[in-house]
Amino acid sequence: MMTNLYESQRAMRNMRKAAMQRGVVAILDIGTSKVACLVLRFDGPEHFGEQDGIGSMAGQSSFRVIGAATTRSRGVSFGEIDAMQETERAIRTAVQAAQKMANVRVDHVIACFSGAQPRSYGLAGEIELQDSVVTEQDIARVLSACDMPDYGQGREVLHAQPVNFAIDHRSGLNDPRGQIGNRLAVDMHMMTVDSTAIQNLLYCIKRCDLELAGLASSAYVSGVSSLVEDEQELGAACIDLGGGATGLSIFMKKHMIYSDGVRLGGEHVTGDISKGLQVPLTVAERIKTFYGGVVATGMDDREMIEIGGETGDWEHDRRTVSRAELIGIMRPRVEEILEEVRARLDAAGFDRLPSQQIVLTGGGSQIPGLDGLASRILGQQVRLGRPLRVQGLPQAATGAAFASSVGLCLFAAHPQDEWWDFEIPAERYPARSLRRAVKWFRDNW
Amino acid sequence: MRQMKASHRENTSPRDPAPSRLSYRYQRLLLTPLFRTFLRVGLPMGAAFALGMAVLGNADNRDAIALRITEIRNSIEERPEFMVKLMAIDGASPEVNGDIREIVPIDFPLSSFDLDLEEMRLTIAELDAVASAEVRIRAGGVLQIDVIERIPSVVWRGPQGVELLDSTGHRVGALIARAERPDLPLLTGEGAELAVPEALDLFAAAEPLASRVRGLVRMGERRWDVALDRNQRILLPEENPVEAIERVIALDHVQDLMARDLVVIDMRNQNRPTVRLAETAVTELRRIRGQVLGDTTQ
Repeated sequence: MMTNLYESQRAMRNMRKAAMQRGVVAILDIGTSKVACLVLRFDGPEHFGEQDGIGSMAGQSSFRVIGAATTRSRGVSFGEIDAMQETERAIRTAVQAAQKMANVRVDHVIACFSGAQPRSYGLAGEIELQDSVVTEQDIARVLSACDMPDYGQGREVLHAQPVNFAIDHRSGLNDPRGQIGNRLAVDMHMMTVDSTAIQNLLYCIKRCDLELAGLASSAYVSGVSSLVEDEQELGAACIDLGGGATGLSIFMKKHMIYSDGVRLGGEHVTGDISKGLQVPLTVAERIKTFYGGVVATGMDDREMIEIGGETGDWEHDRRTVSRAELIGIMRPRVEEILEEVRARLDAAGFDRLPSQQIVLTGGGSQIPGLDGLASRILGQQVRLGRPLRVQGLPQAATGAAFASSVGLCLFAAHPQDEWWDFEIPAERYPARSLRRAVKWFRDNW
Repeated sequence: MRQMKASHRENTSPRDPAPSRLSYRYQRLLLTPLFRTFLRVGLPMGAAFALGMAVLGNADNRDAIALRITEIRNSIEERPEFMVKLMAIDGASPEVNGDIREIVPIDFPLSSFDLDLEEMRLTIAELDAVASAEVRIRAGGVLQIDVIERIPSVVWRGPQGVELLDSTGHRVGALIARAERPDLPLLTGEGAELAVPEALDLFAAAEPLASRVRGLVRMGERRWDVALDRNQRILLPEENPVEAIERVIALDHVQDLMARDLVVIDMRNQNRPTVRLAETAVTELRRIRGQVLGDTTQ
């Protein structure tokens, strides 16, 4: 099981490297309400050569967005693909438009999605060091010494990042290599998702003649793009209010330590409006984006919205509704989403973190008055987050709705080390491996 | 199910913004750099090549093309602007003029494209009497030949008879008799034609004796004899002959050497000029010496 995971993730990582070498890679954000595709060109000053740590501008200067396209998503619900033909068409539309804008053909794509019931696990492992200095091989060993929880059949590990290393009683180490001690311990955060969702996504991308060079959870990548550096360092939660699913990720010490998802989002608000006002979904969406809100004032009672219709019945087609009524429909659903998020945060123990900053992002965070409502439910330290600016990103794609696309760009340019990026421990090598022979030789003489 | 599918397609297809799989692949293909290069370069070249092969593969087409090309060429060449109507020769004496017209036989009018001027120039320059020639086509359809003739500076009596040579030793023409050009000095002897410049220097040096000099004789292909009238000879050395002749002239000046009854003045040894007297002079000398010594046997 583990070697299988190693292999597939390593293959993806190699493909990502190959794509970087070729200089062009596409970003695909498959959401419930939109599919966004960005084409990145890697030719910045940091493109060549290994650099130590994070380069200038957090590695962003190495790439540039040369193509961007968005299309209405189809066949996706709750952030998961449920009609593959439709999703494939949506991906094709977005990729083709982005390619056309970039005027370059892309073969490798890095994708993210929000649904598929993410689950977080905290893992811990501990080994005795063979010789007192920590080597790469020791890190591989400690990672493989982590006790794997039984995450169930039909689940796949999406992220597995070592969060913290400890040597003897010194904890909070980022990079223990070369340090001296007797016991090495690691804390790891592992995130699993439904494997069928991944398989559907793989199938769709394959049908579009593209190769998958990376996969990420959209909650994680929106956190990467929306949280500023000190928030990531001190501890913060990023809540990505998407179309069909709301993702939440908690960051601390620049690592994601918890991630979860709520299967509720902006589409549900639209659905409520559609049902409440008896209008088609498209009209409801339009009304929501133009007049929506969550806090009603006296003025809103007098602001009448024409909701229209095309039935031919004059009375029916000339209906109006006050904005206060609209807010009255929207607010309970938004509250429900936020309550649900609150419950997840509580379950994760967010209230015990030193800093409890909450950042709202995603398309749903653009509802006027949301920050007030959110601070009433989630706590005082709430702000609305917009993604970082990256080079070449069109103005239309700089909004909060593109937080995960931008985060995916950063992820592509500067991925965090995952479990599979470290060496495979010698014990796991096939029996007749040369390295194993060398190790045996070294241990015995 | 079938019903559903059909209605579904009806609903979506007219406004479906998604590209079909085919058009998606086609666009990706067009964005492939190699394929684009092929389209831009390979395809036109291939098409042009195929077309050319198809047309030229047919022998009739080839002939027709060749014919047409020659036709066009002729029509241009035979325009009156390019026709040469007469030949003008400047700087040549009447004989040379005749020779040139003989060796460059052109029947005018002729297109200037058919004239090989360089070859013509070389042919003319091969004439002995011609030092250099310049051939060009002048405005108005005139073939202009400018000739610089060789100027004869010596007469050479060689194995083939009497000939004229210029100052470099190049043949200019034949003479029937030496008397035709009495104004030019005469050379003779084996290898004399190879040392004409030196001979001319000697003639210049022997200017004071000009009235008496009959000619120069090349001896053994290495040195000169000056032949004078009264069968007198001055034997010059191989090296510095001009100096030697100047010395003889100086002696003549002071002691009236040439007027005496000498046969040979031998200057071959620079340090010891030697004189050979005529036989009568020798006897006369001996007789005088005898008188002086009181020899009364005679």
